[in-house]
Amino acid sequence: MRRLIYEWAESCRIAAQQIAANRTRSFLTILGVIIGIVAVTLMGTAIRGIDTGFDRSMSLLGDDVLYVEQWPWTPGEDFWLYRNRPDIKVADAGRLNEVIASTPNSRLRLAVPAPATMETVTYAKRQLSNVYIMGTTSDYALIGITDCRSGRFLNEPESRGGRNVCVIGLDVAENLFGADDPLGKTLKIGNQGYQVIGVFERQGSFLGLFSFDSQVVIPLASYAKYFKTGSENASIRVKVKDRRQMDEAREELRGAFRRVRGLLPEQADNFAINEQQAFRSTLEPVKAGLAIAGLFITGLALFVGAIGIMNVTFVSVRERTREIGTRKALGARRRTILMQFLIEAVAVCLLGGAIGLVLAFGLFTLVASLFPSFPIQFSPFLVFVALIISVLTGISSGFVPAWQASSLNPVEALRYE
Amino acid sequence: MPNEIAMEPRLARSGADVVIRIEGITKRYVMGATTVHALKGIDLLIRRNEYLAVMGPSGSGKSTLMNMLGCLDTPTSGRYEFNGQDVANMEDDELAAIRNREIGFVFQTFNLLPRSTSLQNVELPLVYAGVPASERRHRAAEALFRVGLMDRLHHKPNELSGGQRQRVAIARALVNRPSIILADEPTGNLDSQTGREIMTLFENLHEGGNTIIVVTHEEAIARHARRVVRLRDGKIESDHATAHL
Ligand SMILES: Nc1ncnc2c1ncn2[C@@H]1O[C@H](COP(=O)(O)OP(=O)(O)OP(=O)(O)O)[C@@H](O)[C@H]1O
Ligand SMILES: [Mg+2]
Repeated sequence: MRRLIYEWAESCRIAAQQIAANRTRSFLTILGVIIGIVAVTLMGTAIRGIDTGFDRSMSLLGDDVLYVEQWPWTPGEDFWLYRNRPDIKVADAGRLNEVIASTPNSRLRLAVPAPATMETVTYAKRQLSNVYIMGTTSDYALIGITDCRSGRFLNEPESRGGRNVCVIGLDVAENLFGADDPLGKTLKIGNQGYQVIGVFERQGSFLGLFSFDSQVVIPLASYAKYFKTGSENASIRVKVKDRRQMDEAREELRGAFRRVRGLLPEQADNFAINEQQAFRSTLEPVKAGLAIAGLFITGLALFVGAIGIMNVTFVSVRERTREIGTRKALGARRRTILMQFLIEAVAVCLLGGAIGLVLAFGLFTLVASLFPSFPIQFSPFLVFVALIISVLTGISSGFVPAWQASSLNPVEALRYE
Repeated sequence: MPNEIAMEPRLARSGADVVIRIEGITKRYVMGATTVHALKGIDLLIRRNEYLAVMGPSGSGKSTLMNMLGCLDTPTSGRYEFNGQDVANMEDDELAAIRNREIGFVFQTFNLLPRSTSLQNVELPLVYAGVPASERRHRAAEALFRVGLMDRLHHKPNELSGGQRQRVAIARALVNRPSIILADEPTGNLDSQTGREIMTLFENLHEGGNTIIVVTHEEAIARHARRVVRLRDGKIESDHATAHL
């Protein structure tokens, strides 16, 4: 046991010497390992990044909210079927709440209408087109994020009375007002003037598709007065009491909304119930694709790297045949020689792994500083995985030549020219 | 073997003294269709603190015999007892352990590790013997002191002369206090002056109690030994004491 440790230390010393003595050769051989490790960490980080980005986006939608809408979020089969469905009306929300109230032990808490449309917003000479305008009530605070950086969200009288006030996203505020304080100013949505009473905190974008920072929220009554409530963006958001019972809640909501719509049992649903969970399944193929591509690149690079290391170890064994003979004459056992060459191969791979990690880390920091909103994460787990992969590559590529070295006949090794 | 029975009592009496005892050792190399009989039945008895020279023409089997004696190779047939242990049929790793503990090798080509210092080279057998680092350094330095290289502990082989390299190799052979030191043409790569110095060193080691076997071509070198075994064509031609000076 003690001898094993001494032999190990001696092998490490020799390995370090060998790598240092053959710097160029060592570097060339670890190139494959470096590329492999960079690829595997990039892939891991990208997948994790998508996950965290997704989770962050999902929390914007709320994981205990169901959306009653005309269109399903996941790609559906029949465009015309959805197209011809009746609009989701504001009044449906009130009727839905009545149904919920009359259901004993309902799993649903509250339905909040949130019709929306795209409009041009202007202030002074500045203009933003295609801004997401949403009409809703103060109840929206129960289901969505309404934290304000300055000012406040809609209150009850405002949402009922239909005063022309608005709460704007941070990007809208910055683009229209620049450095000025938007509070109290009046902007125009379409051709209606709205006074700004609040600016949202930064919320971020949903999967980079839809930015919550570029929306404008106005009272439902005001929205109903000036905008078409039945647009395809219209939705009724329903808060669920217990997020662990989303499936049951969705079924209850389906029944409740069928009652609102007065559908006969044989009639199919003419609405869609959406939830954030639906996105998760659409994301899986993307993640799987990334993983396959990443694993393919990693595998290829590591394979090439392993072949290179195997070759170099073979060369090293041949060059040092006499040394092997000498060591055997001095009492090195087979496993001592085996271990020595394995350690050398593993050390080369670990070096490659370490360099790969440093490179990958540099890349991440660069990307993170260039695109701060891009959700990437460098995890200790990835470091661990990368090092394990390096060690395994070293062992698998070094084993055959090391075995060959350990089985050399000492006499022949000593005679080798 | 006619004299075997007669030999037995004598061996039993002095058995504790015998380091090497080989009987009827043969070694055959099969190379495709041809077979080389490198050794054709060798008997040899070597006692503690003997100083033996092996001589013979090139190809007579001297190195083959030394490899056998050094447990680097196993005989095709015959018996080999080293310190009373049967080593003719041992496994690789058992032989490695014997070599490590009992045998010190000195090669014609020195065979030092090129990137390691004298001290590290001499420590190597102790590493394989599982000696702790501090004791290793101590014993390696002591061995280097005995060969007169106390001031070259941290030199690498390419910073040493040929004679100094061979001294490092001898220190390495000594360091684990082996039962026997085997030297195959230790002066073959040295000029005659340096060769004489190395032989003086062997002389001193012999006087210090070591058992030494030297293979050589040169009568002048062989004269340092107390006993000369001459091989010819894989057999012992003669085996007698020298007129030691
Ligand atoms: N590995 C081998 N394969 C085949 N034949 C071998 C091998 N090793 C030695 N021989 C043969 O065995 C015979 C004895 O060789 P050995 O090396 O013992 O001679 P030697 O007495 O040491 O000669 P030299 O004085 O030239 O060193 C030679 O004929 C040689 O060719
Ligand atoms: Mg020879």
